[in-house]
Amino acid sequence: MRTLVSPAQLRSGRGKAVYWLVFTVVMVLFLLAFVFPLYWAITGAMKAPAELVRTPPTLLPDQWHPDVWGESWERLNLLTYFGNTVLVALGAWLIQLAVDVPAAYALSKLRPVLGDKILALMLATLMVPASALLVPTYVTITDLPILGVNLINSPTAIWFPAAANAFNIYLLKRFFDQIPGELLEAAVLDGASQVRILVRIVLPISKPIIAVVSILAIVAAWKDFIWPLLVFPDPTRQTLSVALQRMEVDMPLNILLAGLVLASVPMVLLFLFFQRHVLAGLTAGSVKG
Amino acid sequence: MPSLKSSEAPASTGSREWPVEAPPAVKTTTRSRRKINDNLTAYGLLAAALVVFALFSWYPIVRGVLLSFQEVNFVDPPQWVGFDNFARLFADPLFATAWLNTLQFTAIALVLGFAVPFVTAVLLNELRHAKAFFRVAVYLPVMLPPVVVAMLWKWIYNPGPGLANAALGSVGLPESAWLDSSSTAMVSLVIVSTWANMGSTTLIYLAALQTIPGELYESAELDGAGLFKRLWHVTIPQTRFVLMVLLLLQVVATMQVFTEPYVMTGGGPEDSTVTVLLLLYRYAFTYNDFGSASAMSLLLLVALGIFAGLYLRLTRMRSED
Repeated sequence: MRTLVSPAQLRSGRGKAVYWLVFTVVMVLFLLAFVFPLYWAITGAMKAPAELVRTPPTLLPDQWHPDVWGESWERLNLLTYFGNTVLVALGAWLIQLAVDVPAAYALSKLRPVLGDKILALMLATLMVPASALLVPTYVTITDLPILGVNLINSPTAIWFPAAANAFNIYLLKRFFDQIPGELLEAAVLDGASQVRILVRIVLPISKPIIAVVSILAIVAAWKDFIWPLLVFPDPTRQTLSVALQRMEVDMPLNILLAGLVLASVPMVLLFLFFQRHVLAGLTAGSVKG
Repeated sequence: MPSLKSSEAPASTGSREWPVEAPPAVKTTTRSRRKINDNLTAYGLLAAALVVFALFSWYPIVRGVLLSFQEVNFVDPPQWVGFDNFARLFADPLFATAWLNTLQFTAIALVLGFAVPFVTAVLLNELRHAKAFFRVAVYLPVMLPPVVVAMLWKWIYNPGPGLANAALGSVGLPESAWLDSSSTAMVSLVIVSTWANMGSTTLIYLAALQTIPGELYESAELDGAGLFKRLWHVTIPQTRFVLMVLLLLQVVATMQVFTEPYVMTGGGPEDSTVTVLLLLYRYAFTYNDFGSASAMSLLLLVALGIFAGLYLRLTRMRSED
């Protein structure tokens, strides 16, 4: 594909030299900026505490302490926090799908009375910055209207607010809109119920968008900090982010660093395995030109 | 839902008769019955979403506005206090500091967070090798939990044995106090936030760059446009829409910065990194003053709303020229 620099320019001797020079500079900068900090964290975790505070810092640990990983797992009680975070993320994911997929389908294909008004009200919530809702939503979950229950310290305090996600509904609806109506009409003629059509016909062809919404949901839940910080005052219920930040003060640095690396591993693996979907989610998130 | 099934049966038989010229009366009744059925099903499918939106989105929006004019202690019923909450905020010397700090953060974040990813994207778009590596590398920090990023960089910034000063030293630059000085703390936070988030903006720009038709560059070149002229007259106008939208989104996002100052500086040194959201958090969860915290949210909402409105208006006017 033709870009800023012409192919002819690139083929010339000088062009080639400049290209490889730029390539090398960019490569070195990328390694330093994005790969090195990760290397630094991983090797830092395996240094002895005394070595971590030495000036100038060492590139390679004098003495390797691979046992730090296990020690960190034990001392930071990571099993509990991983468990809590997985529970929060999986629940948020499943509930978002269970709530948003049927809603988007109804708005896209059944077009009920007042459907566009409802959609507009949902999309309008995207205009409200998340932090403006922090306090009123917190106040609301401490005493749910009508039900009168307090969701503090319960993962449902994360799950249900996460399901009120207009962006998911918008993405899903946009995809469902492209499914030809005749396909569904034929199923209706065969006497299939709408629920059956949704499960048997719509879901299987919507795998790409379901994958994108799923990844957005899981990553957002895993990365979130401020909301879990508010709703989990009980230390045994906290997610990794909240717990690591709380334990920062009284833990040796190498133990803490190991904890930081371990807490990131699932998201990094998720990215490496589902790159295509993660990046599709990114452009789905951006506005089309 | 057995009732649904049984009521759907006549509807479908009715439709099946359609081609065989069913009497008009039957046609309309079956059609309207099907319409009612579809509506019932639709609202059945929408029910859960309506409940969660009502409870966790629409109601809190209204409640946030109400709370701004109330005093709540969770024991007595809320008291209407008019603009008292706002008055309390304006009387707090930290209030102005927080807004100025936040504006400073946003301004630096725009310069860095706007220019760096764009230049990176333009460069990556020209490179023909190791494409996958560049994409993965630039996006990797985006996948890390922000708390992990903040804690990691706190250690990198450590004035004594920190990596940041070692890096400066290795290229012969003087050391910096980073987070420990009120003059550099905010910039240090912006660097972290840019590092952590530039992956997404870079890849969005890259996607936009790839939609530019190559012929535009070709004809510009035939007209004698050099590299920078082509960048200025082709690349930037062609990606203008994406650039403008991301600018808006970035301002909205950076005005809400919380995790970096909360985890890395706690607002210090000398309140130089107290942001609007950090102060809001303190009002709500340290002083238990939910009224003033809500008033602060409302002010943020209004400020961002005005900004977005003006911005969209200006950019629309510009693009209509």
